[in-house]
Amino acid sequence: MIRVVLPAHLRTLARVDGEVKLEVMGAVTQRALLDALEARYPMLRGTIRDHMTQNRRPFVRFFACEQDLSHEAPDAPLPDAVATGAEPFLIVGAMAGG
Amino acid sequence: MSKVRVLVGTRKGAFILTSDGTRRQWDVSGPHFAGWEMYHLKGSPVEPNRIYASQTSSWFGQIIQRSDDGGKTWHQPGTPPGEPTTTPDGMPKGESNKFIYDASPETGKPLTTHQHYDGTQRPWEFKRVWHLEPSLTDPDTVYAGIEDAALFRSTDGGQTWQELAGLRDVKGSLWQPGAGGMCLHTIVQDPSNPQRIYIAISAAGTFRTDDGGMTWRAINRGLKSKYELPDSDAEVGHCVHRIAMHPMRPNVLFMQKHWDVMRSDDAGESWHEISGNLPTDFGFPIDVHAHEPQTVYVVPIKSDSEHFPPDGKLRVYRSRTGGNEWEALTNGLPQRDCYVNVLRDAMAVDSLDPCGIYFGTSGGQVYGSANAGDTWAPIVRDLPAVLSVEVQTLT
Repeated sequence: MIRVVLPAHLRTLARVDGEVKLEVMGAVTQRALLDALEARYPMLRGTIRDHMTQNRRPFVRFFACEQDLSHEAPDAPLPDAVATGAEPFLIVGAMAGG
Repeated sequence: MSKVRVLVGTRKGAFILTSDGTRRQWDVSGPHFAGWEMYHLKGSPVEPNRIYASQTSSWFGQIIQRSDDGGKTWHQPGTPPGEPTTTPDGMPKGESNKFIYDASPETGKPLTTHQHYDGTQRPWEFKRVWHLEPSLTDPDTVYAGIEDAALFRSTDGGQTWQELAGLRDVKGSLWQPGAGGMCLHTIVQDPSNPQRIYIAISAAGTFRTDDGGMTWRAINRGLKSKYELPDSDAEVGHCVHRIAMHPMRPNVLFMQKHWDVMRSDDAGESWHEISGNLPTDFGFPIDVHAHEPQTVYVVPIKSDSEHFPPDGKLRVYRSRTGGNEWEALTNGLPQRDCYVNVLRDAMAVDSLDPCGIYFGTSGGQVYGSANAGDTWAPIVRDLPAVLSVEVQTLT
């Protein structure tokens, strides 16, 4: 199971507490993870990536394993530690002064 | 006994203020959606417990919220709580925040460009919903005014949205953003003619449809923008801040423009200035007394850069003559050291007798008057900056 940590506002929208656990079929990539997240919590569609372009929203960042994965290609494999559930995938609101 | 419910959108959440018909004691609930910018909340005139809300954030974008119990509980219309999050055929629901400009050949218009601040052309890009206007007759129909300026309509209670793209066809390449962005902020429905809707855009002007939103035309004759436009009486490009109508006289419109307070007596075909003796004719909101179609309210603001009241005195101005002759309403409002602003969507009236009037400030105060503006008192003083105020009169 993939572990995903959402920022507080998105936990509120998705009506979840704590981490989200997701089953991702096939290769574990950023796109596959977000597809699975949005399928399970459709109220999050449009809040992390754009409805049409599927690009990451500018003030949203992706971290895992103490790395910034925000600019990785959407179809690049995520670290093994994320794929195995040893480490969570963090979706974070950018530190933009709000 | 009648009740009043005031819906307040702020920079950091929504608040709901309720009182009985005396409007002396108020209950305050909130913050709802704490931490989010709540641009606008408005209830359905035909089903008052149905309230639509625009929730937005620079981080996470646009959310549409709906309450069916007067603001006690909320949900995103595409995904009601407790329901499966997918359709029976497995498709995800929850597209209530999907505002896609209609560029299709069948119903849409090409997604061209508009003017940027510097005069260059920029592509249209959805940013947020400024204003939600529920239908006068159908609780599931609601209009959304968005930035970059366009008008959308939902006929399924906010679950899905379709652009009324004919509006962008009216010289959209000449529209440009005001200081707050290129926003469609005002939607006024004609209660005597369901096919007629007025909208206003900063900075494009006022537009009218007479066929339910299919086709539009600019109605800006008489507006003059000497310092904002190279052609001061251009057909489009004017920075209209707000328009208001009294339902008993739907052909009479009042306008607060960037500079100038204006009036039309012919459904927007022509406008004339009614600023009269106002201390400044810059401002944002304008509204009409619930029972007196000739009684109009504005909040003069010193200038387009200062955005605070003249002389540090917060004064609502009232005209009982449909404009030109204005009196300052000061009783209960701060008359020294006050440097707040009142935004375009932050004033509203109730329909009790006497008429109540309410406005919110950038300093977080919401003031109310239960006697048509003769005296005022703060309902709350310390909210986040107020973006919008709407009032529901409940019987």
